[in-house]
Amino acid sequence: MRTLFTAALVAATTIALAFLALPLVALFVHTSPGTLAAQLGNPVVTDALLVSLKTSAIAHALVLALGTPAAYLLARKRFPGRAAVLALTELPLVLPPAVAGIALLAAFGRLGLLGDTLGAAGLSIPFTQTAVVLAVAFVEAPFYLRGGIAAFETVDQRLLDAARTLGAGPARVFARVALPLALGGLGASSALALARGLGEFGATIVFAGSLQGVTQTLPLAIYAEFDRDFDVAISIGALFVVVGAALLLALKLVPAWTRFASTSLSRSAPSLSS
Amino acid sequence: MDTLRLDLALPLRSFALELALEIGTETFALAGPSGAGKTTLLRAIAGLVRPERGRIDCAGETWLDTERGIDRPPERRAAGFLFQDYALFPHLSVEGNVRFAGGDGTLLERFGVAHLARAKPDELSGGERQRVALARALARKPRVLLLDEPLAALDAHTRAAVRAELRELLERLALPALLVTHDYADAAALATRIGVIVEGRVVQVGTPAELIAAPASSFVADFTGGNPLHGQARPGASGLTEITLEDGSLVVSTDRGSGHVGVVVYPWEVTLAREAPADSAQNHVRGRIASVFPVGNRVRVRVGPLTAEVTAGSAERLGLGQGDTVVASFKATGTRLVPLG
Repeated sequence: MRTLFTAALVAATTIALAFLALPLVALFVHTSPGTLAAQLGNPVVTDALLVSLKTSAIAHALVLALGTPAAYLLARKRFPGRAAVLALTELPLVLPPAVAGIALLAAFGRLGLLGDTLGAAGLSIPFTQTAVVLAVAFVEAPFYLRGGIAAFETVDQRLLDAARTLGAGPARVFARVALPLALGGLGASSALALARGLGEFGATIVFAGSLQGVTQTLPLAIYAEFDRDFDVAISIGALFVVVGAALLLALKLVPAWTRFASTSLSRSAPSLSS
Repeated sequence: MDTLRLDLALPLRSFALELALEIGTETFALAGPSGAGKTTLLRAIAGLVRPERGRIDCAGETWLDTERGIDRPPERRAAGFLFQDYALFPHLSVEGNVRFAGGDGTLLERFGVAHLARAKPDELSGGERQRVALARALARKPRVLLLDEPLAALDAHTRAAVRAELRELLERLALPALLVTHDYADAAALATRIGVIVEGRVVQVGTPAELIAAPASSFVADFTGGNPLHGQARPGASGLTEITLEDGSLVVSTDRGSGHVGVVVYPWEVTLAREAPADSAQNHVRGRIASVFPVGNRVRVRVGPLTAEVTAGSAERLGLGQGDTVVASFKATGTRLVPLG
């Protein structure tokens, strides 16, 4: 009975792993490594790579700069409606990316909510690189916020209290105690968010279009080349697998840097009034 | 002279913390059961929670006055807070922890942890952690020291040694120190005065001996525990320890100890008689009855440095009255020695 069960577990695991691995292996088997490397010199690929790197870097910097303080505030403060605010930050996670694109058009498009204001300032966002940045930031922000809030929540409140009683004001407590202790968790969610941003497709194609050299990111280039030159699409795909694997490997190394956060206090018995 | 004065009210879940205290250059212990509001009081003094109303003055500064709208943030109150688990920053070295509060290497030297300067807190023993936490708390030059269950995080063995160390340190610092603990023995060993706190209110304040001799309620009587006798211990005959008390009388104990010790004897371990009885008890203290204090169906009788607890019936049978001369007896096995450094 027991061996039968173990055999069933092994069989299920093997099928699942094979299913996940097969398409990835196929990417590399379909075309020779030489062809793959050669395709990376294709102008469509280099243009898309530059657009992806530039827009992802800007979007990610924005997400980190605004998301870190926001995650700290949301993790530390209890206020009425907090649950609703947290739900709002997670909403983009459950939306189909195309809906996110439509929503961004409805907000920033010429006929959108802010269309007149932006128009008066001489700004037109849709189908520009700014639109790519906004779309990427919109879909990746929830990944960073969620992880960031969780990371700041694991920082022991008593350490922050102790810092205050030692003469540190709120800004110094954040910079010298909360931030270093949450760094591991923040790094992990930052990597996840970056990966999600690099792979962003639906919101970008709806809100920014797919213009080579301007708004065509790597995922959009795959879609565009899919009919024209399958080898180019495949080589971009292989590039993604390599980058994704590198990010995941980095994530696996994160626990080594988060040692502090998990052992913040040797004996923790939180008590409100003892 | 530094003085901490406070008078505040702070509603908690099932009762309100309401108390007024004045603490001079002394160690004052607030002792009471868990959940009495002790930690919350320390947090209120440090500015980590805001009382509903009240006033806190320390060393000539007003830290809180709800009537005048004064409420200094924690970083502007010179309070040294020793947290129960010490709350050392795990990402900083010992030296980094002390520097965070503006301290330098000399503090580490003073606390005998200079050799640990580069160590991380999770590499330290319980006693070392406490010394680092104390050094850090003193680094900001506090005008008052707040200690939350300073011995609770230590194992029994370390505890005795750290208790003696802490007592000496508190005497040397000459700062108002407010210590909270659920352990009356710790309070009696460390503090000059003790306030017993129950459900947010101080029910009695006195020296350890006063609280035992005349408890204000049966709760205080049960909570206060043993007689605090102080003396010098040395090894005596047949493996026993002889302790010369401060009044010159001699006591023997089965516990081992030497140097300055506290001898703990529970009032219910002490028997009273008109004449020294010919029984197995080795310790006899003859003296006049200083007070007779009824607590429920029991009576607390103070004889010299000792307080005995006998039943009301026995007290009546013996006809005990103030000024009578009696002999208080207790067994060597009924004593516990607490090293006081």
